[in-house]
Amino acid sequence: MYELTNVTKKYDQGKRSVTALNNVTLSIPDGQMVAIQGPTGGGKSTLLQMLGALDRPTGGTVQLGASDLSKLGQGPLGEIRAREIGFVFQGFNLIPTLTAQENVETALAPLGVSTADRTSRAAAALASVGLGERGSHLPAELSGGQQQRVAIARALVKEPAVLLADEPTGNLDEQTRDEIMELLEGLWRDRGLTLIVVTHDSAVAKRAQRRLLIKQGVVREIS
Amino acid sequence: MFVTYLRRELAGRRKQTAIVAIGMALAIALVIIVNAVSSGVQLAQSTVLASVYGVGTDITVSQTPAAPTEGEAGAGGPQNFDFGADDGATTDGTTTVSQARLSVDRGTTAFDSAALGTVSGIDNVSAAAATLSLSNTTFDGALPERSTTDTGSAPTGGDAAAGGTPPSGGPDGAGGSSFSVDSFTVLGLDPADEAVGPLSAVSLTDGRSLESTDVGTNVAVLDASYATTAEVVVGDTIAIAGTDFTVVGLVTASSADAATASNVYIPLDVAQTLAGLDGQVTDIYVQAASSTDIEQIQADVEAALPDTTVKTQADLASSVSGSLSSASDLVKNLGLWLSLIVLAAAFLIAILFTISGVTRRTREFGTLKAIGWSNGRIVRQVAGESLIQGLIGGVVGIAVGLVGILVINLVAPTLTAGAAATEAGAMGGPGGGGGGFGQAAAETATSDIVLQVPVTLSVILIAVGLAVLGGLLAGAIGGWRASRLSPSEALRSIA
Repeated sequence: MYELTNVTKKYDQGKRSVTALNNVTLSIPDGQMVAIQGPTGGGKSTLLQMLGALDRPTGGTVQLGASDLSKLGQGPLGEIRAREIGFVFQGFNLIPTLTAQENVETALAPLGVSTADRTSRAAAALASVGLGERGSHLPAELSGGQQQRVAIARALVKEPAVLLADEPTGNLDEQTRDEIMELLEGLWRDRGLTLIVVTHDSAVAKRAQRRLLIKQGVVREIS
Repeated sequence: MFVTYLRRELAGRRKQTAIVAIGMALAIALVIIVNAVSSGVQLAQSTVLASVYGVGTDITVSQTPAAPTEGEAGAGGPQNFDFGADDGATTDGTTTVSQARLSVDRGTTAFDSAALGTVSGIDNVSAAAATLSLSNTTFDGALPERSTTDTGSAPTGGDAAAGGTPPSGGPDGAGGSSFSVDSFTVLGLDPADEAVGPLSAVSLTDGRSLESTDVGTNVAVLDASYATTAEVVVGDTIAIAGTDFTVVGLVTASSADAATASNVYIPLDVAQTLAGLDGQVTDIYVQAASSTDIEQIQADVEAALPDTTVKTQADLASSVSGSLSSASDLVKNLGLWLSLIVLAAAFLIAILFTISGVTRRTREFGTLKAIGWSNGRIVRQVAGESLIQGLIGGVVGIAVGLVGILVINLVAPTLTAGAAATEAGAMGGPGGGGGGFGQAAAETATSDIVLQVPVTLSVILIAVGLAVLGGLLAGAIGGWRASRLSPSEALRSIA
């Protein structure tokens, strides 16, 4: 699925240059559940952005299947994100003025799906995360855990090959954290997708098949 | 999704939508009102001018005044009323004298009526008419009878003290005198000219108008307002230069609030004869075949008749004075600039609010880009929201503008207007009768014009266009800002 080869990412901050990723070489096969841990500022989010085709590396290559993400323009990267990659964010990132149903539908809008199909698929996705009855609620009317479920439904409605979760339980209490992780694991098993979770929470990381530690831009395996 | 997201966004951010829409509405309402008032003022000016110069007069031609040569009295110069020793009638020690004079107004110069033929022969002139603008001034006096043995020497102080003959006679019986001067304007015109000229913009209120068979006859048509003040009705006679004319009709201006061009109208040939100006006219009124021909006709007339002053409607409009003129200036200057400033402010508010909204929605747009929304889709979303805000403002602005126009028309402000003879020969003095000796030419007839503000489709369309433009401009700039957001930066901004 993913082949990262000597990936480097540098940011210019005034006169200084900060190296967020330092010659990362990494391979993630299809259907694997991977947890990426590390201290704040270690490069977790930057690595996730490389994997999520949100940004291009300064050096090296990022291969997702047959596509070299490091060489594609913004347009093609957007198309890959639309079809292949689902995102779950720490802050849920739901559109506040749209209902739960409509938030899920936003993921299908770029795919040219008919209105009827979009509505039915979004409803099914909400049902699969246990929120079939909450489609008409605005995010402000939902709890944190419910909002994250909506975000997961949005990420999975397009049936992506990859699900990237950036601190998905970071804003949730312990019980809700466990519920969300149960949900993610269940979906991962049922759908055979590749699940990559960035987290600083060891309890979350332990659930993964494989654990990586990133520190000062360098990635190593944790047994 | 586009419509749903747009609808929810506008409903969810009502305050921003309201502020942008209100700003746009105020600007558009102001543009509508200023434009409509400007049209109303122009209409009023045209009404004033039409009442004086007639409907369809595009150009007037008059003689440029020249200084009299040595020994020659200037045209319209000081008028003398000379009486011989035996003039007048004497009764009971009082001699009454009376003299009437029909002459061109001071500052007006008569010229050869052959110019009418020259003007009529110019290309694209559809009609032309000549008039002779005159003032009839009557001097009446009563003074003590002059004794033939009176040497006229003043008594010395001793004689008076010794009880010399006290003065007698005159209207007061004590040797005093009394003089009066009356004047009214007279316009000589060809009765056959109906298409253009002062009488083309009048309505007949009694009797009949001048007809082609009236050539050479002493008949007159009066301005109805003047007839009222002079207590003259159809069938009465009126003396012009000492000659009696039969009043055959009364006319009034087509606009109830304006005056006609003259107090009295008589056949041109009769006016010329009475004034001693055979073959002379003071003004030629010209109608162009099309408004696009006016400039060329003006140039052609100036070339053919280099000693004349040729003025178009635009030049004549500047002669309109009074509060109507002030309103015109106010609308043109203050109104126009105020509209532009408010419009610019409204556009700026819309743009700033849109940019601010985009900035506030950085995470939202970053998330949408992360899940696959293209730049184009996001730009269309932002532009669509701005366009709807602009259109809401436009609709409200049109409604407010129409209400404003309705209020103005209900209030129906009255403006004073006058068409003054600001330059020699520029125009015939309208109805300035009753003025002092030799002053008729300088009088400006003022009339009250009720300002009516029209609603035109073009103004509404301009308003809609401005609303769309404002919305698109804000949307384009906001959308550009949104498109420049990098999804990774947008998502990093939430950390």
